Amino acid sequence: MKIGRFDLIPILLVVAVTAGAAGLIGSASTWVTLTVAGLAMGLLIFIMASGLTLVFGLMDVMNFAHGLFIAVGAYVAASVMKAFGGTLGALAPAILGAMLVAGVLGLFFERIIIRPVYGQHLKQILITTGGMIVAEQLIHVLWGPDLLPLPRPEALRGAFLFGDIVLERYRITAVALGLLVFVGLVLVLNRTRLGLLIRAGVENKEMVEAMGYRIGLLFVGVFVAGSALAGLGGALWGMYQEAVTVAIGAQMMVLIFIVIIIGGLGSVTGCFVGALLVGLVANYVGYLSPKVALGSNILIMVLVLLWRPQGLYPVGKA
Amino acid sequence: MFPVLELKGVNTHIGRYHILQGVDFSVPKNQLTMLLGRNGAGKTTCLRTIMGLWRASAGQILFEGRDLGKQPTRAIANLGIGYVPESMGIFAGLTVRENLVLAARSGPLDEARLDWIFRYFEALKRFWDLPAGNLSGGQKQMLAIARAIIEPRKLVLVDEPTKGLAPAIIQNLVEAFAELKKTDTTILMVEQNFHAARALGDSVAVMDSGRIVHAGSMKDLAADEALQNRLLGLSLEAHQ
Repeated sequence: MKIGRFDLIPILLVVAVTAGAAGLIGSASTWVTLTVAGLAMGLLIFIMASGLTLVFGLMDVMNFAHGLFIAVGAYVAASVMKAFGGTLGALAPAILGAMLVAGVLGLFFERIIIRPVYGQHLKQILITTGGMIVAEQLIHVLWGPDLLPLPRPEALRGAFLFGDIVLERYRITAVALGLLVFVGLVLVLNRTRLGLLIRAGVENKEMVEAMGYRIGLLFVGVFVAGSALAGLGGALWGMYQEAVTVAIGAQMMVLIFIVIIIGGLGSVTGCFVGALLVGLVANYVGYLSPKVALGSNILIMVLVLLWRPQGLYPVGKA
Repeated sequence: MFPVLELKGVNTHIGRYHILQGVDFSVPKNQLTMLLGRNGAGKTTCLRTIMGLWRASAGQILFEGRDLGKQPTRAIANLGIGYVPESMGIFAGLTVRENLVLAARSGPLDEARLDWIFRYFEALKRFWDLPAGNLSGGQKQMLAIARAIIEPRKLVLVDEPTKGLAPAIIQNLVEAFAELKKTDTTILMVEQNFHAARALGDSVAVMDSGRIVHAGSMKDLAADEALQNRLLGLSLEAHQ
């Protein structure tokens, strides 16, 4: 089923999961609360994963250190929030600081760690995993080994109440920010020449270069943007948990890999739909059968890959 | 005739394989030069080496007198060289329009040139906003060629444009290239379809085992059946 060029079936799958959960949960207020929580979780994962899926698709780089940028973003946000007294006014500098530091770190990481191992997957896995371990120790040196509090600003605490329905303010904010990032990415990828180049590069790097474009520069730009998005995701996820540890990025990596694999490597839309699916199912299953919750995402990945082995929105590669 | 492109003793290694073993030939300005040869002779490697997609291990590639040897692929393309690879290299997820927009490096699409292209490749107009992956094989080839000539180029490298296409579409492509020749575009084309090669070629270079074994005019080769048999293993007449 398609609207124009767009394949609707994965979207309908998300709708079906949501509708199916409504039947199983029974209570409408609980279902709404869980759905908003699932969407918030999913969209935060999307923000963290969207950069990695582009890096994977365009550069064919297996960056196991992506979690590092998430962790650094969270730590920078915690430091800025603390410095500015944790007010709502500190939110923008915290988020921008997290993106800036993660982006700059991404630039150095691509130049020094990734560049020498382009096209060598095994070395990429080893060196990025090693880089992540070293960087985590550096975070310990800079911020100390203890858990760092990252309280939300007062204005984002509490919840809206609609009868029995409880909607946390921060979750609503996370949903809005996640949608903003998705719409922004879709607009850039579909309405700008840069976006066309990125999409073309994901399909066939060689041809992009044979048309006279600097694919190397495109690689760096996408890596830096992906790192900055991971930093943003780290800052938001840290506030979601109200605490930051050095493992915050590494802990998210399993979910991020699941999301980009089921979405289709290199597909931002696939990453978005995959993240919603993972976020919603994690919350529904966590409520209905907590013991199964841990394995639910793996189960989704298995089922999706049995159905569509290239992911929900496969990207054609030359 | 002044050569736009000259290859002098070009060698190319791919891994441990020595593919081009001292290739020498030139492509005269404003002519269509056919690069012929049996499968595995090194024709595609030759085009890829010119584009810098594989590096020459020895020898010189001169474009308008400038050595392309150490230039990156993008710089070679920006000298005014269009490339249509054997795989066509279209971006399947992008629309026909988006494919052409990316190929037009100097700015917005030139409407007059676009109309000229549509005269020969009408399907591209019809499927303008459709993903290129939905096109048929012949239409994809049309798009790949249109992309290479969407702006005037000094040299266009085309690798087996008629491969796997129906005769009616091949005829369409032959007409389009015949028209392109009238615009003073220099073309170097690898081709296995001898009928198309004879219809279009001004000059010809024949490769075998990584070397040029014959160079001259297409007219002379087309007239000499014994030479065709010796160089290509069959005659042009027999192939039709």
